[in-house]
Amino acid sequence: MAEHGISENIIEVAHLSKTFGSNQVLRDVDFSVKEGDVVCIIGASGSGKSTLLRCINLLEKPSGGKILFHGTEIEGHGFDPCKYRAKVGMCFQSFNLFNNMTVLENCMTGPVKVLKKSKEEAKSLAMKYLEKVGMAPYVNAKPRQLSGGQKQRVAIARALAMQPEVLLFDEPTSALDPQMVGEVLAVMRQLASEGLTMIVVTHEMAFARDVSTHVVYMADGVICEEGTPEEIFEHPKEERTKEFLERFTQR
Amino acid sequence: MASLPEGFFPRILFILQNYGQSFLSGIGNTMLIALVSTFVGCIIGFGVGIVDTIPTDRKENAAKYYLIGLVKVILRAYVEIFRGTPMMIQAAFIYYGVPYIFGINLGMMQAALLIVSINTGAYMAETVRGGILSIDPGQTEGAMAIGMTHFQTMINVILPQALRNIMPQIGNNLIINIKDTCVLTIIGVTELTYATRSVAGAYYTFFESFSIAMVLYFILTFVCSRILRFIEKKMDGPENYTLVVDESMGMANYKYGQHPHEPNPDFREYKRGEELDGVVRKGGR
Repeated sequence: MAEHGISENIIEVAHLSKTFGSNQVLRDVDFSVKEGDVVCIIGASGSGKSTLLRCINLLEKPSGGKILFHGTEIEGHGFDPCKYRAKVGMCFQSFNLFNNMTVLENCMTGPVKVLKKSKEEAKSLAMKYLEKVGMAPYVNAKPRQLSGGQKQRVAIARALAMQPEVLLFDEPTSALDPQMVGEVLAVMRQLASEGLTMIVVTHEMAFARDVSTHVVYMADGVICEEGTPEEIFEHPKEERTKEFLERFTQR
Repeated sequence: MASLPEGFFPRILFILQNYGQSFLSGIGNTMLIALVSTFVGCIIGFGVGIVDTIPTDRKENAAKYYLIGLVKVILRAYVEIFRGTPMMIQAAFIYYGVPYIFGINLGMMQAALLIVSINTGAYMAETVRGGILSIDPGQTEGAMAIGMTHFQTMINVILPQALRNIMPQIGNNLIINIKDTCVLTIIGVTELTYATRSVAGAYYTFFESFSIAMVLYFILTFVCSRILRFIEKKMDGPENYTLVVDESMGMANYKYGQHPHEPNPDFREYKRGEELDGVVRKGGR
């Protein structure tokens, strides 16, 4: 997306690399996200998709390159990673709901503890987003009492209650059965249609094709090909992209 | 002095009638030391456990790295020394040593509380560390992802779960403390064992007096372990949950008759089967 000016990019990744010991997981990755973009990152397991996402949220420390948030380097001196993460939400494959809290408390704790909102304000915020994901009746349940799809929807509500500028999804449906996948993706489609900026690492090709504004195909730690969904799914240029997509269509 | 009756049970009755008060005050001191020290020990243990798990990065903040490193070394030494020496020796060492070295005269009870607390703290530090390590790293990531600091993550997410997991071990420590206060007789604290020995010495009723003491100790520990079980159950919360279905909280979102398990019907239904079998359909935007 080189045509976007730097200033309007919310997130810009430049020459990002990440190594775990001698294992190079990301090599010279460049890409950027504009407000309202829905970027889907696809690719085989082990291609570095999740690591890229985790670097963007500083859950992993990049080994090289830069990540800019509204033009400010997020690893720069005086940049508070906690404040940054409050603006960049994340949903995990394994949900990571707080097991010691109810559904409502899960969604309230961020606004109360991090954003220092009042309890009432946090509660109405939490309820608003729990209703949006269809989990409002479950406010009193503990995470262990919910199904995977319900947990993921609560996790999305928890992230939304922080009112983030960007929401990152790290394979949000990979741990779910097909029916639960449907309920989670329905929520994500709704969010996309409301203009939420999202970066989604996913194996759900139909979702990537229909919902995203931009698709990134990664292989072996590099961005192999990127473009609009039409470009990637209808006219892939790279041989590897074609092969990867063929394997999915055969299913 | 009243004369001692013959037979085991009459003697027990006799002892209880004449020296019941001694046993009671012994129980009082034993329980005071055990409860206070277990509580203080837990606080020490949590403190040490938290410091032990602070992530540090030398490149990011060198001063912080070395400061925390130094504190960690001191705490490590504390844990190893107090776990590695008998509490009886520690009791004598501190009770007789503190006035000698620091010129502070510790009361017997203060010394007792101090010794058992720091001893429990050393064990609890390891227990808490284990409890923190047992929590899924995903919990930390979830907390970090909404912008919590290390401290906030610990207080709100990790420690409550770790506390629940180590409750059986806290119970263990309490029971051990109830029994192990008996080594404090070396500094003359009148806890239950000390009281028993004085009573036994009065009429040479060692068997009877210590039988009473044994039963009393068992009652104390058994009651405590039951109470702790009850607290654990309370911490787990109810097995079931109630769906909140009134108008103000969400049912408004569901069409009549629709089960609340389903997401909002206004969402576009998404089927997995429709993958990649036709032309690209435009997304919702």
